[in-house]
Amino acid sequence: MNVRESAVFAVRGVVANKLRSGLTMSGILIGVAAVIILISAGTGANRSITDQITALGANTLTITPNSTLAGGRNNQARNGGSAATAVNSGTEIRTSQLTIEDAEALVDPVLAPDVGLVAPVVSPQAITATYSGATHTVTTFTGTSPSYLTINSNTVQAGVPFTDSDYLGRRRAALLGPTVAKDLVGGDGFSIVGQTVQFNGVAFEVIGVLAGKGSQGPQDRDDVVIAPLTAVRDTLASYGNLSSIAAQATASDRVNSAQDQISAILVARHHVTPATADFTIFNPSSILETVNTVTGTFTLLLGAVAGISLFVGGIGVMNIMLVTVTERTREIGIRKAIGAQRTDIVGQFLLEAVFLSVLGGSIGVVIGVLVGSAKIGTFQLVVAPYSIVLAFVVSVAIGLFFGWYPANRAASLRPIDALRYE
Amino acid sequence: MTRPVIELRAVSKVYGSGDTVVRAVDRVDLVVERGDYVAVMGASGSGKSTLMNIIGCLDAPTSGSYLLDGVDVRRLDDRRQATIRNRKIGFIFQSFNLIPRTTALSNVELPLAYAGVRSAERRQRARAALARVGLADREHHKPSQLSGGQQQRVAIARAIATNPVLLLADEPTGALDSHSTDEVLALFDALNASGRTVVVITHEEDVAAHAHRVLRMLDGQVVADERTGAGTGR
Repeated sequence: MNVRESAVFAVRGVVANKLRSGLTMSGILIGVAAVIILISAGTGANRSITDQITALGANTLTITPNSTLAGGRNNQARNGGSAATAVNSGTEIRTSQLTIEDAEALVDPVLAPDVGLVAPVVSPQAITATYSGATHTVTTFTGTSPSYLTINSNTVQAGVPFTDSDYLGRRRAALLGPTVAKDLVGGDGFSIVGQTVQFNGVAFEVIGVLAGKGSQGPQDRDDVVIAPLTAVRDTLASYGNLSSIAAQATASDRVNSAQDQISAILVARHHVTPATADFTIFNPSSILETVNTVTGTFTLLLGAVAGISLFVGGIGVMNIMLVTVTERTREIGIRKAIGAQRTDIVGQFLLEAVFLSVLGGSIGVVIGVLVGSAKIGTFQLVVAPYSIVLAFVVSVAIGLFFGWYPANRAASLRPIDALRYE
Repeated sequence: MTRPVIELRAVSKVYGSGDTVVRAVDRVDLVVERGDYVAVMGASGSGKSTLMNIIGCLDAPTSGSYLLDGVDVRRLDDRRQATIRNRKIGFIFQSFNLIPRTTALSNVELPLAYAGVRSAERRQRARAALARVGLADREHHKPSQLSGGQQQRVAIARAIATNPVLLLADEPTGALDSHSTDEVLALFDALNASGRTVVVITHEEDVAAHAHRVLRMLDGQVVADERTGAGTGR
């Protein structure tokens, strides 16, 4: 009796009772599909968050000044209860200084060997662009140096980027995000290149339109204007502090050491300690690691919940196999009487259980992959290849595990009892 | 003198214990020689079915020894007993006991499959066995498509396919009409004439009349053992 013949008997056993086999299979099917779909949801969530964080810039670090809330009462005491702080309802907001000299100090091959490009950033708020009657309120207006375009992965799809000579020459040139350009002139917005646009009444020449970056959640990353820091300071922003400093590590595995070097330089310049630092370094890479850990746990949890339904499906297989063994007691008796070995009977029923679960599992994989590749709203599910292998292997294992007991029960029937069974 | 096919020595089968003890088979001695045709008769409850189960290695005796074709089957484990049933005994049951939803040919092939015979040879031997019982043209029929007599002949084909030393039939005509009964009994006669050892358990005199030797059982004991007609026990 070889495996192929046992397989033929097993298939015959499954086909003989189609409705029952189908219902039993549906348990495994739903379990397998649920595992794949829920892991796809977890993977999709992870992919989506990862993409958003990566879009913030590769290997980038952003240094922002801390807005510290100093204890109002202490200040009041020190200030002798001046009228200015008294109206400040007990607290005083002190914004630390982040200067262009800080930014320049970060370009230091000795103290900061892992820091590549550095760009100072000022972000004047409430900027309205006007062009021949059309107006647009710019969400993000950035005054910076040419390095920023590289750090922030900005490319120009029409026109040219601004250069160091534009920066040093305080040229009033602007690069518009696609949203701004389209809003002002319509169409693809490219016709704005070479025109002069008023920003809060200050004329800037549009030298280029940036390539689109798409939306990230509610934030439109194309609703931006980038202009030379020098020109912006001349006109729209004061000569005071920077809004932030953008920096890029020399390589993706140097991001954390670059962060340490920047921190060390700024701590020294600001005469603070790391614990009382008046600035924050935003490191997308480290956040990415945290997010990966969280979504990994989340995915595992979803998979485990789906795994429970797969387990319940396995119990269904066992239940139906026990019924089948009881129903076919007489057949088992006949087979034993004409010389079937224990292993022949075990093999036949075990194969039948595995066949049921594998068939259910295969259909479940197909359904899981179909649903797991779907897009729900803007949320794209991503099928993890390992989940397919896992679900399939688990369904075979379930067939073996839950088929084992019924098959052995069949095999240990005494032929004389089995033959007498009506 | 070849060794006997069946050699029972003081075989007993006891059910229960204490006051409720039942001796289904009580110290039976029996020797069946090769080529003989033996009928075991008795009313229901006489112990003839229990005796058949012991002879067929489906049940173990409580005491006594049993040599089947010279092999002491009491000493064999489950696996070897299954092999013995497969190689040395061909069973024919009252209710045919074919595997349902399976063709006549596959049914006849089954014991050969369990014996490990290769597919091509198995098919050929199964076809030969079906031809022997006159059902060569019914090989692809399922049991439900065959008459009772035909089903029993398929069962006989299955029993002789492995070429066993002993054909063991339990009330083989109990579920058949008189015409089919005649067919089946004629088949037994022919098989015996070609040298096969046949043991038939029955309560019908007509069936027993075909045998060369008739044992009568009562309360677990053999109460009569007579040779009839031309039966000489080769």
